Amino acid sequence: MTFNARGAFAIFKNELMRMFRTIFGSILSPVITTSLYLVVFGAAMGERMDLGGVDYGAFIVPGLLMLTLLSESTSNASFGIYMPKFTGAIYELLSAPVGVAETLIGFVGAAAVKSLILAAIILGTASLIVDYSIAYPLLALGYIVLVAASFSLLGFIIGLWADGFEKLQIIPLLVLMPLTFLGGTFYPISALDGVWQTVAMINPVVYLVSGLRWTFLGQSDFPIWVSFGATVAFLLICIAIIGWIFKTGWRLRE
Amino acid sequence: MPEPILDIRGLEKTYKGGVKALDGVDLTINRGEIFALLGPNGAGKTTLIGSVCGMVRPTGGVIEVFGKNLATQWKTLRRDIGLVPQELSFDMFDKVIRQVRYSRGMFGCAPDDARIEEVLRSLSLWDKRNSQIRALSGGMKRRVMIAKALAHDPQLLFLDEPTAGVDVELRRDMWRQIDMLRERGVTIILTTHYIEEAEEMADRVGVINNGRILLVDNKDAIMAKLGRTEAHFTFDAPLADIPASLSAFPVHLEEGGTCLIYRGGDGTGKGKREVAEIAQILAREGIVFAGLDTRESTLEDIFVDLLNEPEVSA
Repeated sequence: MTFNARGAFAIFKNELMRMFRTIFGSILSPVITTSLYLVVFGAAMGERMDLGGVDYGAFIVPGLLMLTLLSESTSNASFGIYMPKFTGAIYELLSAPVGVAETLIGFVGAAAVKSLILAAIILGTASLIVDYSIAYPLLALGYIVLVAASFSLLGFIIGLWADGFEKLQIIPLLVLMPLTFLGGTFYPISALDGVWQTVAMINPVVYLVSGLRWTFLGQSDFPIWVSFGATVAFLLICIAIIGWIFKTGWRLRE
Repeated sequence: MPEPILDIRGLEKTYKGGVKALDGVDLTINRGEIFALLGPNGAGKTTLIGSVCGMVRPTGGVIEVFGKNLATQWKTLRRDIGLVPQELSFDMFDKVIRQVRYSRGMFGCAPDDARIEEVLRSLSLWDKRNSQIRALSGGMKRRVMIAKALAHDPQLLFLDEPTAGVDVELRRDMWRQIDMLRERGVTIILTTHYIEEAEEMADRVGVINNGRILLVDNKDAIMAKLGRTEAHFTFDAPLADIPASLSAFPVHLEEGGTCLIYRGGDGTGKGKREVAEIAQILAREGIVFAGLDTRESTLEDIFVDLLNEPEVSA
């Protein structure tokens, strides 16, 4: 069974075009939000944090980047597959010679690429406000790509699962957003009291933020291999779930 | 010798909850023909199409397209199958030409703007190619659906209620489009509620009800087998009995003897001949009739009769 490269590219291109129809809102919103976080949190908390000589602005840049990556990847991919379901246009995907590989490359690839573009814009914006550097640029890029792909896969699963706009928002808003805020975006886990440090350890986003921060600062709460390992495991679990969905037709075929 | 392009054997679909939408459907479609699948709402038409096109997972049976098993070679076979669904389903905010290009690409075809232009022009959409789909009229949107289905040049095209809810002018326009596709050798399976559409377009007709195919035959053969002529002879003075000379004909009296009703024939003209014979016999016997109404049964009458007699089998 041959891979339908043109089919995958057609979906990828169509998704990117759809996302770029709202490009100004898509770019302006994270740029403004990131700027506000850097200015407000920097002014409010920066003085009080003991970060071992690291500037607070530089400390929170990886966390803010992760916040955007998680929310944008998830919402782009979930919206991308949910809309054809909502409008009925999913019939074309189901009747076309495209399988799970082409679909994932198309939908998830496009969502991940948009997240990466936003990540670059956020890093550019942050560089105008704070002085930061990236200790391991290639590792940082690899990790950002890994996170964008993983959470685009999660978004794709959410989009398939959702049968209404409310469900589409539940996980990004009620799960991912709080976990990210509690996941060390604005503070090191070591700054928490004993029991809260233990509680924080069960928050998976802690490892994501920590991993990205390590590639920026060369230091973080956990060793880099823990973060990489956890993210790869998450990616594989998402792929397995999507494979099962396509095999059984769950929420796709009657 | 007709060459089968689609061969469905024992197709079954039972939905969760136990609703049996397809109950052992056997159907063969030949290359180059237009086949009309008739049936009331819920008969199984859309489920049958969905089973071939990938939206529905059959629970039993075999589908062969171009002589190959669809279940195992779907990726290759679907490149040559097109579908125009009943609902208008696309990204309303996108432009016409982009949506048509997208469809062509998704089916694995190389970009070909000349072909896209040809498709759009044939559907009178070229001038609207850069319009957002949401800005088009209902009829134009339906044409976009057809353009999307034709963009990858399918050999086998499913049209699910292509003219549902469109005005008469557009319906006739659609029929012309379907005729053009037939001339290009595309095999077309259309489902419809409009019997007139089947009469106008189809080479063969199938009737489905409760997930079972009740009848499949050439349109003219169906008319010959199941067509009827009905004639009403009305009299000023009632007849006491049917004249003995008419005993060989399928006639009976109604309305107190003032109306002699003939129901017979086979759709080949036999009914009209018998009505003429009855008129001549009545005239010879001096029985004066004041009026005569005749009508030939249509495919619609046959369809309704079939649905009322669900035991009739193919």
